[in-house]
Amino acid sequence: MALSKVANKQAVQVGVKELTMIQAINDGLKTMLEEDPKTLLLGEDIGKNGGVFRATDGLQDVFGEKRVIDTPLSEAGFVGTAVGMALNGLKPVVEIQFLGFVYPAFEQIATHVTRMRTRTLGYYSMPMVIRAPYGAGVRSPEIHSDSVEALFVHLPGIKVVCPSTPYDAKGLLLASIADPDPVLFLEPMRLYRGKRQEVPAHDYRIELGKGEIVQQGEDVTIFAWGAMMPIAMEAAELMKEQGISCEVIDLRTLYPLDKAIIADSVQKTGRVVIIHEGHETGGVGSEIVSVIMETSFLYLRAPIEKVTGFDVPVPLFALEHTYLPTTERVSQAIQKVYSF
Amino acid sequence: MREKYPLLQIIDQEGKWLDESNEEGLLEEKVKQFYYHMLRIRTYDQKGVALQRQGRIGTYVPFAGQEAAQVGSALALGNEDWMFPTYRDHGASLTFGADLDRMLLHWNGRIEGCLPSREKKIMPASIPIATHLPHATGAAMAEGYKGTRNAAIAYFGDGATSEGDFHEGINIASVFKAPVVFFNQNNGYAISLPVEKQMNSETIAQKAEAYGIPGVRVDGMDVFAVYFAVSEALERSRSGKGPTLIEAVTMRFGAHTTADDPSKYRDQAEVNRIRDQVDPLLRLEKHMKHRGIWEMAWRDSIETAIQDELEAAIKRMETYEQPAVSDMFDHVFAEPTWTIEKQKQRILSTGGSS
Ligand SMILES: Cc1ncc(C[n+]2csc(CCOP(=O)(O)OP(=O)(O)O)c2C)c(N)n1
Repeated sequence: MALSKVANKQAVQVGVKELTMIQAINDGLKTMLEEDPKTLLLGEDIGKNGGVFRATDGLQDVFGEKRVIDTPLSEAGFVGTAVGMALNGLKPVVEIQFLGFVYPAFEQIATHVTRMRTRTLGYYSMPMVIRAPYGAGVRSPEIHSDSVEALFVHLPGIKVVCPSTPYDAKGLLLASIADPDPVLFLEPMRLYRGKRQEVPAHDYRIELGKGEIVQQGEDVTIFAWGAMMPIAMEAAELMKEQGISCEVIDLRTLYPLDKAIIADSVQKTGRVVIIHEGHETGGVGSEIVSVIMETSFLYLRAPIEKVTGFDVPVPLFALEHTYLPTTERVSQAIQKVYSF
Repeated sequence: MREKYPLLQIIDQEGKWLDESNEEGLLEEKVKQFYYHMLRIRTYDQKGVALQRQGRIGTYVPFAGQEAAQVGSALALGNEDWMFPTYRDHGASLTFGADLDRMLLHWNGRIEGCLPSREKKIMPASIPIATHLPHATGAAMAEGYKGTRNAAIAYFGDGATSEGDFHEGINIASVFKAPVVFFNQNNGYAISLPVEKQMNSETIAQKAEAYGIPGVRVDGMDVFAVYFAVSEALERSRSGKGPTLIEAVTMRFGAHTTADDPSKYRDQAEVNRIRDQVDPLLRLEKHMKHRGIWEMAWRDSIETAIQDELEAAIKRMETYEQPAVSDMFDHVFAEPTWTIEKQKQRILSTGGSS
């Protein structure tokens, strides 16, 4: 069920709360646990501790240890357990403590989560959500800052979703849980406790596979998602002062990409800057370029610019801000495509 | 299983001998060396927590309570042995000879902090849980191929025993009789999860049985017991008899990290209440007093020396030159690929730290 965001916002005036993204996620999980007895949560430290970021805070108290399960420290183990649960009628929502710790579970995801439907010709499905905080910029230790969404975009059989606002986080999370197929739900750590936003208390869903035009513009299109959205907006704001009008698009779902929103915008502006903090080579940006070449080649008025993380392991925090795309780097790219 | 894998001790809580036959191996000088290292890493740990609270370093991982386990095991190693620590075993690394300055730089988010010492084969702390156990197996096997008598030790927590790599690392080591010691510090918690919910087995030592290797359960607050257990396991491995799994039962007094709030999952007041009764440093102090080898002047002098050493190192950390942007690019491959070279030039041309 895909309810449009605007329609929902109007429909519900009561029961709207000002929430941070982490609270919105907590609220989304709570909404789903209340609504659907088949839903349950699994992960490390998600019960008593409420998750290291408090995404599941208080949920075990309300729903008990059978619905909010503190698992042993075993990513392959609990993702594999979730596979079995999903086979047998449950709807597991798994928390990976940090995306960088998904690697032990990569085998389960690549060999089972993503293939069960194909393997059984649709007889079994994997209605599962894997939630994972990701990204640099919060002074985390090594591995904690990885932004490897491209690995999963590349795997056939799993959708990849990445919200950038509290409102979208809840709406996309509920849509991901409702989805009959597995979804990797990436949570930008850097935005967890940023801005507050009105979030309806009830169940609402944002359709997967749909991006959003966050700011209309005429000259240059900026594509971004997750933690890069504030950078995109800042750069667009700076460009306004220079008379460059930027259209900013939050892609929200990275697989499947919203081909229509990409094509429409590129055909309008003819100029493109793509921002992501994942590594450049083989990154999702390259896939967006491919969509543009396929749909809008003749509309391009300048070569496409990508502002991304580098082909290096995400450095320890003394250099992480050099690794990450900055407003300055994005502004330079915008000027480059604009004045081409 | 607890009977089958009893908790080995050499001194009791009051510091009194339970097994005096070890006295010969624990002469005054050695005992003082143990105490010195434990005090050094305790002081370092307190500074680490304080520096983090003052915003002078990033997230810090405290180990207070685990000094005996880390010092006892590290001092049992031979100069040529390999150490594979986790993020919590910087006390062991420092004791074995890791560079204090580098250690501090690491907490300051500097990649230079991972640079290994030239004298000792100490690997950078493993952040992903249990993934370094197979590495220790491999390094140990390589020593075997080279015909040395060197061994390897891998450190890991109770939570790590749930990961596949724990099984895979030990299994391979046992099949090939690799000279490696798997040194577990069972501090009762993996972040918030108590060990009773981590596993259904009563002890970690008993897991050795499945691999056909010896399992040893030792009091991790008794530095002597740890020292002898690890020394014995190393000796065994050096003589070609393969790996040992050691469970050092210990206690982490504080939070999992400085970003963690233990009051969410455990009774911290209770921990604070029993802290003095179980503190491994106080236990050793009592022991030294029983033996009449405790001198306050000596204690004061080493404390002053340690404080001075730490203060100087912290000062160096805080005045260390700015990180070079090129460091991020120059060590990914022996020869940078064109992609990395291009990206490096691009960022350097914009001034580097934009
Ligand atoms: C593969 C992986 N998953 C999750 C984490 C996050 N994490 C860091 S420490 C920790 C608990 C580890 O507990 P334990 O092995 O008992 O060691 P301790 O920290 O108590 O020394 C967790 C879950 C991680 N570092 N690696």
